[in-house]
Amino acid sequence: MTMAPEAPAPLLRIVSLTKRFGGFTAVDNVSVDIRPGERFGLIGPNGSGKTTLINCISGAFRTEPGTVLFRDEDITSLQPHMRTRRGIARSFQIPRPFRSMTVAENLMVALDFAAHEHVSVAQRRDTMMGILTQMGLASKANAAATQLSQVELRKMELARAMATHPKLLISDEAMAGLSSSEVDEVLDLLMSLASHDITIIMIEHIMQAVMRFSDRVMCLDAGKIIAMGTPSEVMANQRVQEAYLGT
Amino acid sequence: MKRSGAAFWIGAAAFLAVAFVMTKVIGNQYPFFAGYVILQFIALAVAWSILGGYAGYVNFGTSAFYGVGVYASVFLVKAFGAPLPVQILTAAAIGALMGFALGLLTLRMQGIFFSIATIALTIIIETVVTNWRYVGGAAGIQIQRPPVTAPFDNYVQLLFFIQAVLVVLAVAISRYIQNSWIGRGLQALKDDELAAECSGVPTLRLKLLACVISGALLCAVGAPGAMYLQYADPSSAFNLNYSVSTLAMSLIGGTAHWIGPVIGAIVLSTTQQLLTVTISSEVNVLVLGVMLVLFVVGAPEGIIGLARRIFHRSNEGRE
Repeated sequence: MTMAPEAPAPLLRIVSLTKRFGGFTAVDNVSVDIRPGERFGLIGPNGSGKTTLINCISGAFRTEPGTVLFRDEDITSLQPHMRTRRGIARSFQIPRPFRSMTVAENLMVALDFAAHEHVSVAQRRDTMMGILTQMGLASKANAAATQLSQVELRKMELARAMATHPKLLISDEAMAGLSSSEVDEVLDLLMSLASHDITIIMIEHIMQAVMRFSDRVMCLDAGKIIAMGTPSEVMANQRVQEAYLGT
Repeated sequence: MKRSGAAFWIGAAAFLAVAFVMTKVIGNQYPFFAGYVILQFIALAVAWSILGGYAGYVNFGTSAFYGVGVYASVFLVKAFGAPLPVQILTAAAIGALMGFALGLLTLRMQGIFFSIATIALTIIIETVVTNWRYVGGAAGIQIQRPPVTAPFDNYVQLLFFIQAVLVVLAVAISRYIQNSWIGRGLQALKDDELAAECSGVPTLRLKLLACVISGALLCAVGAPGAMYLQYADPSSAFNLNYSVSTLAMSLIGGTAHWIGPVIGAIVLSTTQQLLTVTISSEVNVLVLGVMLVLFVVGAPEGIIGLARRIFHRSNEGRE
């Protein structure tokens, strides 16, 4: 083994991934390795391809050229639910709760279908309540999903993702449209979820949040990687500043 | 959960016992003739709502499945003189295959596109049967009923009881699905297909399963229809009325719970039977249409939803 200690085998490896919609290239030849346990920030102006990249990782979109490897397995052609069962979970930019269900039932769907081993209903309920408590949603367990506030919806999305028992959690703008105290609340949550076993990719527009959260930041513009590095390196990058502020 | 399960099976057994006793004590044949139609619609509505209600995929092809059930019986009787149970089981098997094929071809389409595809299915199959000489073609075909077996003294009574059994079967399956992981998965994909996939729900496989089960039941319910009328022709066996009525009954009853389609079918088909006798069979269609509009506007969740809302309100008043 000649592998250096600072470069363990990647959890997720994206190789030359491209996604086109007709003549429009949303993601253009992106390659990146995400290391296990990493807190990875993904930034870029609107329409730069962040969510498209996430959709390709979670399986909502098929990629044309390009490969997605998860724990050394090629998952490029797997359906989304197969990827979820392998440990990739996500939240959605615009929350997509199961509207006819309660908060508890929303989580039970994930526990029923994505659980890796057979566990009893009682155990699943315990797990569910544990996650809800961790998320600060325990008091809302029996509330209808439609009755939640915006910040509660965001938390429930993260809770539902956590219920699939992920190894990689992708948070797609979980803080968009929240007040600054709510942003801190969600950010603290994400920080507390991140661990050696749970790697997190965070897409965010709120720069302070990205700076505080990330070990490493990647910036996309027009589907291409224009910068990658520590948060301060990326912020200092000329092209990133141009992409965000215009020239 | 356990107690409600026992209550359900006691209720089902009582229902069958009543149906059986009716055949012993009622001499008049008309109640069975009308009752058969009501039972048939209960079974159809329950079977339909497995795909249309739980999964939210509105199937306009009920008449296709029903008609195939009728003609499966016609063919089996003419070719082999097959007995009724064989007709029903074969129809169920064909219905399952049909549901599988339909699902594979169309379930990737969503919303209205799926519904249109199911209408197309009805038209295609009706055209095929109309041109199939062996089963009578467009002119239809007469069916001879075999002699009735004990304990029944009349074939319509036998059919009435068989249909009651099919109702119990359909309801039991629907109830099982609703309370199991299948039901939870279907409800999730009905709410949001992508979110369901990303929570680990194999949406396509679950939809196919619902389509197969629903198709098998719809066909099985149609199978005794040939013996009931002693006659079959394509334009009545594949009548679009079956699709519309079944859909209306499920939606008016409410699709959130298995009991919804049962209530909807009882209310609507009983009304229809009464109207047919008292006014005319044409008024049926009008009443169906008016009721559907009223419910879509006033109670989009059906009778079940309405009852829940009232129950909720009176509960809140008490607190």
